[in-house]
Amino acid sequence: MARITIDKEKCKGCFLCVAFCPKGLIKKSDKLNKRGANPAEFHETDACLGCAMCAVICPDCCIEVYK
Amino acid sequence: MNKVFSHPKSLRNIATHYCAGCGHGIAHRLIAETVDELGIREKVIAVAPVGCAVIAYEYWDFDCSEAAHGRALAVATAIKRVRPDNIVFTYQGDGDLAAIGTNETIHAANRGENLTVIFINNAIYGMTGGQMAPTTLLKQKTATTPNGREASFHGYPLKISEMLALLAGVKYVERVSFFSPQQVIKAKQAIKQAFLNQINNTGFSLVEILSPCPTYWGKSSKESLDWIRDVMTKEFPLGRIK
Repeated sequence: MARITIDKEKCKGCFLCVAFCPKGLIKKSDKLNKRGANPAEFHETDACLGCAMCAVICPDCCIEVYK
Repeated sequence: MNKVFSHPKSLRNIATHYCAGCGHGIAHRLIAETVDELGIREKVIAVAPVGCAVIAYEYWDFDCSEAAHGRALAVATAIKRVRPDNIVFTYQGDGDLAAIGTNETIHAANRGENLTVIFINNAIYGMTGGQMAPTTLLKQKTATTPNGREASFHGYPLKISEMLALLAGVKYVERVSFFSPQQVIKAKQAIKQAFLNQINNTGFSLVEILSPCPTYWGKSSKESLDWIRDVMTKEFPLGRIK
């Protein structure tokens, strides 16, 4: 069991985390942040492996991983 | 639950000015993580370039100096010679290191200065608006090569890492990329090795990173990474060069 947190105000919406999550648990949010970007959003579930692929590829260091 | 991936202490927790999907953010984080892991935060001095990363000193939480365009290795040479106990590295793009600063780069490498160089190669000029760089690939479209780069008119992509590897003063050259999380992890290992070389007084070490520029490549973030994997690595093969 693992989970991630995404800093939605820092996120610029490049969605590399979405592209590399092996379980497809991250998606684009419908809401805009203060930067005017649709940030990435984590789908809360037990399926997260805590592999940190999302955090490793994130160019803006928005993601923290808990396991 | 334990935190298994967190923000490195040497990186300020602020949003950068880089575009969405830009590789500079990953490179900044890998350097900050390396500095934290090696416990050299109080000893390290970065020399920032001119280019998109010109205000890198705003993002790293350790000592930094700025250099005139292309002169980062000349400034780093002076700092390292005056303060040999400090760990000095330069962070330079392809316009800074391989165009205006080629002279300083080659001579610092040839003198075998005990420095670490992080070279960000995105095959384009980012800060000035997406013009052709010396590292631009043949047929690559940029603001100044709207029909693609042609060898007969613009010359060939400059392979500065292979050139520098020929010099006796250069001890370590590796080319890495950011096209997948696995490649980012490999890039981190290369960066760490380049810092360890300096700590062990091995000599001049350079890590070239093939880094995405989605804005001026006219691609999405993921398409940019795929382009690095499928096209850029053909011209700039990955791996240890020296």
